[in-house]
Amino acid sequence: MISNYFFINFIRFVLLVLVQVLVFNRLNFFGFINPMVYILFLYWYPIKEKRAAFIGLSFLLGLSIDFFSDTMALHAASTTTIAYLRPAIMRFIFGVNLEFQSFKLSNSTKAQQFTFLTLLIVVHHFVFFTLEVFSLINILLILKKVLIISLATLILCLLFGTLFSVKKE
Amino acid sequence: MQQIINFLIRYKHFLLYILLMLISLGFTIQSHSFHQSKFFNSANWLTGNIYNTSFNISTYFDLDKENEKLVNENKRLRHLLFNKKNEIQIALDTANISYTISSGQIIKNSYADQRNYLTINKGKKDSIKQDMGVITDKGIIGIVENTSGKFATVQSILNEHSNINAKIKNTNHFGSLVWNTKSYTTVQLIDIPKLVPLHNGDTIVTGAMSSIFPENIPIGTIKKFDLDLSENFYTIDVSLFNDMTNVKNVYIINSLNREEILELESETINND
Repeated sequence: MISNYFFINFIRFVLLVLVQVLVFNRLNFFGFINPMVYILFLYWYPIKEKRAAFIGLSFLLGLSIDFFSDTMALHAASTTTIAYLRPAIMRFIFGVNLEFQSFKLSNSTKAQQFTFLTLLIVVHHFVFFTLEVFSLINILLILKKVLIISLATLILCLLFGTLFSVKKE
Repeated sequence: MQQIINFLIRYKHFLLYILLMLISLGFTIQSHSFHQSKFFNSANWLTGNIYNTSFNISTYFDLDKENEKLVNENKRLRHLLFNKKNEIQIALDTANISYTISSGQIIKNSYADQRNYLTINKGKKDSIKQDMGVITDKGIIGIVENTSGKFATVQSILNEHSNINAKIKNTNHFGSLVWNTKSYTTVQLIDIPKLVPLHNGDTIVTGAMSSIFPENIPIGTIKKFDLDLSENFYTIDVSLFNDMTNVKNVYIINSLNREEILELESETINND
C-alpha cells in the first residue's frame, strides 16, 4: 500500500512538472496568463502522510519548475509555503471531520473541495507574485496578477481534477 | 538540554519550513539584485534535453513560416549584395574581421515574467560564451548569460536587468535600453538628452558603446516619448521590430575585440 502511494505520487510529480513546463508555461494567454496546474500535486497528496516529507517534496516540486522556467526559487518558496500551511487550511475548512480516521477528500462536499483548492491557489499565487515583483509600489500589479492568474489556475485545476478524479483514495 | 530537544521536536515542521523558505528567499533576493545564478538555470543537461526534445517535435508545425522568413532575409541580403557600389575585394583575413556569427534556435521562450530568459540549443561545444549578443533577422533578442555543454540561456531584452546601449539612427545620441516589465511589445530607451529632436516613428538601433553588439543593429521605432522626472532626459517607448512571442532562428554574435576592449578599459580605470 505504501509503495503504491509512493509510486502514484512519483508519477504525478513527474507528469505535473512536464505538463507545467511544456504546456502551461507556454500558454501565455493574453500575453501573461500562465496557469500553474502543478498545485494539484499538493491538493491530491494523501492527508495522513508524514508532514516533513510532504514539505520537502513540495520544495523539490517547486525547485524543479524553477529550474525549467529560470525563475530562481520563486516556485519553490510559494509551494513550500502552501505545503506548510495546508494542515491549517484543512482544519479551517473541514473542521472536526478531519480528525476522523476515515476522512477522505473525495468524501467531503464539492463546496469544501472547491474552497480548499481556491485557498491553496490564492495563497500560492500571492506569495509567488509578491516575491516576483518584490516592491510595494506595484501592489496593484501584484493584486491584478494574483486575481486573474488565480482564476485561470482554478478553472484549469478544476478541469484537471474532474478529468483525473481520485476516487480510490 | 532536554527542553531544547523537545522544542526542536515540537517545532520540527516549522523549522523545516523556515529553513527551506530561507534557502528559496536567498535565491530569490539574489535574483533581484544580481544576474542569473550559475547553476540554477535551464541550460543544464536535463532541462535542456527535455526542452530540445519538445522543440524537435513542435518545430515541424511552423516550418513553412520559418522558411518564408529565411527566404525573405536572404532576399534582403542579396539585394544589398547586388547593389553594392564599389566592389573592392578585401582578402578575408581573420585579422580584419571583428565579429563572427553562428546560428542557433530558441528552444524555450518566455515573455510573461519580470525577468525573462530564453534557452538556445547551442553551448560551450559550439564555442558560445557568456556575453555574446543574440539577434534575429529583424533585431536584437538579448545577451548570452550562462552556457552548458550543449545549451545556453539568454537574458532577453524583456528582463528587468537588461541594459543595452542604444542610439537614434543616423545620430550619435545614445542612451540605455531597459524594460519596465509592462508590455512585451515595448521597451524603454532612457537618458536621451532633452535637446535631441525626436519624432514618433524614428528608428532606434544599437549604439557603438557596446562591446557586445555591432553598431546599427535595428531594435525598434519610437512609439511615444516623455520627459522623465528630472525634466532633462527623455523616456522613450520603443516598439520592437521583433515579435518576441514568435522567435525561433537566431544568430549569435561573437565580438572578437571584446576582450581587448574590456582589458583596455579596466587598465585605464586602474591607472587613474
